[in-house]
Amino acid sequence: MRIALFVTCLVDMMRPRIGFAAIELLEAAGCEVIVPGTQTCCGQPAWNSGDHAAAAALAKKVIGEFEGHAYVVAPSGSCADHIRNEYPKILADEPEWHARAVALASRVFELTDFLVNVARLDAVPGRFAGSVTYHDSCSGLRGLGVKTQPRALLGKLPGVELREMAGAEDCCGFGGTFSVKFGDISAAIAERKCGNACATGAGTIVGGDLGCLLNIEGKLRRMGDERTRVMHIAEVLTATDGEAGAC
Amino acid sequence: MESRSHRFKANASASLANPVLQANLKTAKGKFVDKRAIAIREIDDFEGTREAAKDIRNRVLENLDLWLEKFETTAHARGATVLWAKDGAEICRHVAEIGRKHGVKKAVKSKSMLSEEAGLNLALEAAGIQPVETDLGEYILQINDNEPPSHIIAPVIHKSLDEVADLFHATHQTPRKTEIPALTREAREVLREHFLTADMGISGGNFLVAETGSVALVTNEGNGRMVTTLPRVHVVITGIEKVIPTLEDLSLLMRLLPRSATGQSISNYVSVLTGVKRPDEQDGPEHLYYILVDNGRADVVGSEFQDMLRCIRCGACMNHCPVYQTIGGHAYGWVYPGPMGSVLTPLYTGLENAIDLPHAATLCNQCGVVCPVKIPLPELLRKLREKQVDRKLRPLFERIALKAWAWVAGRPALYGMGARFAVRYLKWLAGGRASIEIMGTAPEWTAGRNFPAPEGRTFRELYAKRYNKK
Repeated sequence: MRIALFVTCLVDMMRPRIGFAAIELLEAAGCEVIVPGTQTCCGQPAWNSGDHAAAAALAKKVIGEFEGHAYVVAPSGSCADHIRNEYPKILADEPEWHARAVALASRVFELTDFLVNVARLDAVPGRFAGSVTYHDSCSGLRGLGVKTQPRALLGKLPGVELREMAGAEDCCGFGGTFSVKFGDISAAIAERKCGNACATGAGTIVGGDLGCLLNIEGKLRRMGDERTRVMHIAEVLTATDGEAGAC
Repeated sequence: MESRSHRFKANASASLANPVLQANLKTAKGKFVDKRAIAIREIDDFEGTREAAKDIRNRVLENLDLWLEKFETTAHARGATVLWAKDGAEICRHVAEIGRKHGVKKAVKSKSMLSEEAGLNLALEAAGIQPVETDLGEYILQINDNEPPSHIIAPVIHKSLDEVADLFHATHQTPRKTEIPALTREAREVLREHFLTADMGISGGNFLVAETGSVALVTNEGNGRMVTTLPRVHVVITGIEKVIPTLEDLSLLMRLLPRSATGQSISNYVSVLTGVKRPDEQDGPEHLYYILVDNGRADVVGSEFQDMLRCIRCGACMNHCPVYQTIGGHAYGWVYPGPMGSVLTPLYTGLENAIDLPHAATLCNQCGVVCPVKIPLPELLRKLREKQVDRKLRPLFERIALKAWAWVAGRPALYGMGARFAVRYLKWLAGGRASIEIMGTAPEWTAGRNFPAPEGRTFRELYAKRYNKK
């Protein structure tokens, strides 16, 4: 099965290792992974900022780059949700493009959703020992129904102990541009999320969206917590070590 | 009510810096959320019920004028007078006129958000009518120098027991009480006298039933019954969108409203009031007026924001909103806080007067999934943002930055170069540490948290090195 990886702009810039971990997981599931070289961003920041024209231009770019592939996988619920659920709305007034957006939509997947429900990954390649708590990112959870998939994959690592936090489904306060428009509100919401995560005593906070993870990690460090690790699910599933930190 | 929504950002920062408010918000958080989660499990097909409720509300909105005329006819047949108000000022004029006509000196009120939209209490005082709020929360706010409510169903959710104890002690000149039942009894004693001496009762209306010409009131304290039955004159003030076709529809909506609002299977009181007191009846007003209010609603009918008019004012969206939970209701600056307020305030008071509100949300869609009438709140907030961009209401810097970013993102080679430069710059800024504490390009981010440092190379360049050169 040939799939195209949508790396996401945040992974491209901030955490390339998540992209490589995603490739490793997809290959472990028997996929041949293509990475279209001209990809940049799905355009969500433009759409959520109210710039319809810019959002449409970037949507068309992504559709053109990815529609030739059987599946498109992104290590982010937020970007996958945007391509699957928003592109048809963005291009609603352009029938030809709308049809292409709809045709692409059903083939776009968040990484863990794809690994569990499409590729049916048996064994994960990583080794990880320690306690983790999982933050459910909003778009993946409420837009794509990503809830059990990452937990099922974590369950395949014998050394992982999952400790659910209170309010796992609550927003971390990131919200894309919200985090820089209303920094103080965003950071205050993040503080609550960090408190809930740390109350589990888990050594590692795991999530499927880098935006949330940067927000949570940044808040933890500002709160003086240098030990709790913050990792993307793809990193955990391909890890070669795994000593736990602690809140 | 005068809007302070244009100062949202400053209001929110003040809320965050207020330790008493923050402590009170922490206490309140989750109470309604947990109770609702339990209550909705009592409904076998909750999603199906939401869908049906949405259909009922849509059916009305598609022919709102006809349903309003139907309501006017049936209400009139039961002896009520139906008045129409274009805006808050007209509400105040109507009520003052009704008061003059019936020689009203005192009006007891049960909760009405329309009264807040109109700033009715001040207008009543100016007209020589003493307004007395009888909902416990609203009463507390009234004696605290007419403080505005911070929540549509729990108006004093931002206050602590201690604050109320101090207020009662100072206002009633009674020994300070710290037990809730004692404070409640004290309020009852004060309010009882007002119920018995009032000439007019003013209430809101949760629903108007077109087939019977009735108003349905959903309350918990019992004050609503006193307000609507004891005084000679009863004035119902409600929005034009509150009409529903039948009592059958009311029963369906009532399965959702209290559960979504307070997590109750049913509220303590549900009143369906129809017409004036008839000769063979013991209770009820001699004169009944409905003031049906536009105040921006008619313009929303038929617009891309019409879904918002389905709202049944349960407050679930704000109870579940991470932003509301963090800053409380006052920061939103007008009558309606939380996600529904961030949609309604710009629609009713002008897009340019509430520039921050559509952006004051992480678009987490908690509100959308709990809304009992399935209003796509995040989508409506996003559409408002689009309107702002179309009307060039966003700050110039933001508009330019967005355009420049989108232009670059459409040019992969240039974008790649920019990304490579940016990650090297940020890596240098981190200076070997794992995160950056002060970042001039994103001061809002680093004011409250660190910015984790990038690895220093982009995925695209590493991938090219690793795979393409094999």
